[in-house]
Amino acid sequence: MPKAELARNAAGRMVPTEINGREAVPYKGVAAHRPTGTRAAPAIPTVMDYPDCGNKTVENIKAALEAAGIRDGMTISTHHHLRNGDFVANAVFEAAAELGVKDLMWFPSASFPCHASMIDHMKNGVVHHIEGSMNGPLGAFCSSGGMRGMGVLRSHGGRYQAVQDGEVHIDIAVIAAPTADPFGNAHGLDGPAACGLLGFALADSQYADKVIVVTDTLIEFPCVPWQIQGNYVDYVTTMDAIGDASKIVSGTTQITKSPDRLRIAEMTAQFVREAGIMEQGFSFQAGAGGTALSFAIFLMEMMREAGVTARFVRGGSTQYLTRMLEEGLTDYILDGQTFDLDGVRSMRENPTHVNTSPFTSYNYHGKGNFASMLDCVVLGATEVDVNFNANVVTHSDGQLLHGIGGWQNCLFSKCTILPIPSFRDRIPVLVDEVTTLCGPGELIDVIVTERGIAINPRREDLLSAVSGSGLPIRPIEEIKAEVETIVGGPPAKPAFGDRVVAAIKWVDGTVIDSVRQLG
Amino acid sequence: MSQKGQAGRRGDRVRSDCWISVEPRDSGGVSIELKSRVEAMYGAAIRETIESGLAALGVEHAAVEVADAGALPFVLMARLEAAVKRARPETEAELLPEMAAWSTYGTLRDRFRRSRLYLPGDQAKLMINAGLHGPDGVILDLEDSVATTEKDAARFVVRNALRQVDFQGAERMVRINQIPAGLDDLPYVVPHNPHVILIPKCETPEHVTAVDERVKAILAEQGIDTPIYLMPIVESALGCWRAYEIASASDSVVALTIGLEDYTADIGTQRTNEGRESFWARSQVVNAARAAGVQPIDTVFSDVTDMDGLTASVLEAKSLGFDGKGCIHPRQIEVIHRGFTPTEAEIEKAKRIVLAFDEAEKKGLGVVSLGSKMIDPPVVKRALRTVDLAVRSGVLSGNWQEGGGEDA
Repeated sequence: MPKAELARNAAGRMVPTEINGREAVPYKGVAAHRPTGTRAAPAIPTVMDYPDCGNKTVENIKAALEAAGIRDGMTISTHHHLRNGDFVANAVFEAAAELGVKDLMWFPSASFPCHASMIDHMKNGVVHHIEGSMNGPLGAFCSSGGMRGMGVLRSHGGRYQAVQDGEVHIDIAVIAAPTADPFGNAHGLDGPAACGLLGFALADSQYADKVIVVTDTLIEFPCVPWQIQGNYVDYVTTMDAIGDASKIVSGTTQITKSPDRLRIAEMTAQFVREAGIMEQGFSFQAGAGGTALSFAIFLMEMMREAGVTARFVRGGSTQYLTRMLEEGLTDYILDGQTFDLDGVRSMRENPTHVNTSPFTSYNYHGKGNFASMLDCVVLGATEVDVNFNANVVTHSDGQLLHGIGGWQNCLFSKCTILPIPSFRDRIPVLVDEVTTLCGPGELIDVIVTERGIAINPRREDLLSAVSGSGLPIRPIEEIKAEVETIVGGPPAKPAFGDRVVAAIKWVDGTVIDSVRQLG
Repeated sequence: MSQKGQAGRRGDRVRSDCWISVEPRDSGGVSIELKSRVEAMYGAAIRETIESGLAALGVEHAAVEVADAGALPFVLMARLEAAVKRARPETEAELLPEMAAWSTYGTLRDRFRRSRLYLPGDQAKLMINAGLHGPDGVILDLEDSVATTEKDAARFVVRNALRQVDFQGAERMVRINQIPAGLDDLPYVVPHNPHVILIPKCETPEHVTAVDERVKAILAEQGIDTPIYLMPIVESALGCWRAYEIASASDSVVALTIGLEDYTADIGTQRTNEGRESFWARSQVVNAARAAGVQPIDTVFSDVTDMDGLTASVLEAKSLGFDGKGCIHPRQIEVIHRGFTPTEAEIEKAKRIVLAFDEAEKKGLGVVSLGSKMIDPPVVKRALRTVDLAVRSGVLSGNWQEGGGEDA
């Protein structure tokens, strides 16, 4: 593989100017890149190529891939709404291997440890490389230089952007559907693999050349609500089970028992209250991680006490958000994915529990999006530096471990808060410079650690709003220095090689950083 | 002749700790086989800690194995010292981490002791951030929370934590083992600024004086003139019976507390949530402590998920006359503090008494009176304490006497 040409981007990071044979634009800064031209589009279909009776079923995935014209070098997409219980992506590449196809690009909306078999497909040539999150074993494989092409990590919004502006052309999209009809209408509300919604597959259904729906619950037409519209779908096929329900949604979401995390979550909620964000009709987004979930529970309690209700909250929804909705503490849940059975139930039953997609919430090429309208968002990070830059894809050892998800897109909320421990075991989370830059510090407003709250000096409004509140507001450098005393000095930097194994995209499609091979 | 010494913990679930094996040998220098989750960032630092630590302990040649799960330096040092001393029990040198600036603060005889958080002495992970949760005291426990096979190793962890961990102003307490064995714990803790030593299963005043004398001897040896206070725990029928003698056995005693698991077994019954079986014992402890002029402190509430039960238990303790309660989880601290915070009515009454007292002082009157009622000295003292507690709990302004009290 030829050595990539590198350029220094506006964040001072060295990034490749060419990625997998395509020109790449180095990051220019927040709201600095304005692409021109028209949106990409698939070829025009005609109804005469589809059966009038509406029955598009084929025998199995292999037959569907063949009918879709699979061949070497194509881009195949799948989606992560079945999370770590997904059977479909593995089945697709198994079938491709049986068909003898080589050099495919896998374009998942996210990957999970259940997709570790992709390592074999990369070793035996079926898959050339992955453009999508690379978690756990896949991250380790990529970091060690095992992948032939360059990995590309995009946010959920960045994936939509790349599909819309033609940076990524999907040849075949395979959509796992918990319930579908023979016409291709599909939703995630029912069936043994019910996951709530299918928003991550929306762009693929509209922009891919060929669209295959795979279900284990095929019902008679019409399948409503059609979260995926059959009018975009070429083939429908079935398998015995599309996923392992126990790994798709949890029966009950567990809140953290860690006293430190609970303290961080409580301080975060107190900050939101004291900063004047928790006002009548406000909005917020918090994920389903232990700390974010506990934050929502503490905030809910404070909202009850203050008699304040939210206009909308954005999920990942859980039983706690649905409780908020059903108790009247919020008018709406605008949900990006459902994390537990109660979330799925609520989405099925409550008309005010609404499903969304990266198009509504995160897309750079949209005419606005929901994420920037939020009063505050609570996110995680693996590292934050003294300039409030943050990392979510690698740890300080330099190994790819996580995807970006909606994280970058959410940074555009009115107040971005990262509740994080100041160190994990011996590893400082607050550092001089992040190992991999994923989010620029100018968009990150508040860091809540167990040792105090650091407010970005750019946010003088927040600093003055919480002065006199009694909250432990401290300069980020001071907390970092304290942590370094505790852990015995700053961490050594990982030993990287020269080769760039993955590029980190910003929400606009430019390259904000790169990840190098380890060792 | 060489014997292998091993100490610490390993396995997938272990965090912020390590396991170290040391096999001294006659030649060949030191070889270190290191597996660490933080190798990329701290591999070199860990090797340096091990090498300099072995040198300080007088080990020149050894095969060392380390399985590290992100142990902080003071934990690595504690595990190394335990491993070396298990291999060579005759080793006298100590491997002391630096005494951090934040470990040198003192305490006061009559400080508030509303909450005290128990921390198992062999689990450094729980100690590291314990002070952040704001307990009035932390107890590094060498007794019941430490397995009998780990007693020696826990001493090093506790000692190093006393030197290195920032307990954020909490009173630094250590619970030693039952007397007489517990006396041998003292040399490991006394030189490292513990504020209070807890004496478990205390049954006689002699238990107290034995600890007091040993503590004072070690302090004198070390040239330290800061006193170390004592808190006996009575946990038996005899201990409760002799509670006053125990509480007044030494001037070093600042508080008396009770352990109910052992006590209820000793009197031949079982512990219940209602606690009728221990009513006498708890009242006896309150009475003995007050008679001796020390603080009566209640036992722990052990169901960490039942916050309502804890609240009820705290209010009951307060009504019996206790000044504080033990806790075993940081989330209990705030509930306990809230429970011991004076109520609005209590504060109002106390304020009136304090004002009357000040007035009487100003006028040089020997008797304090409120309206037509005479106020006795213990009542004044209690009122002063209530006001102080209210101020410290943040429910009363510090300058309430200058008109700041109205908005409290």
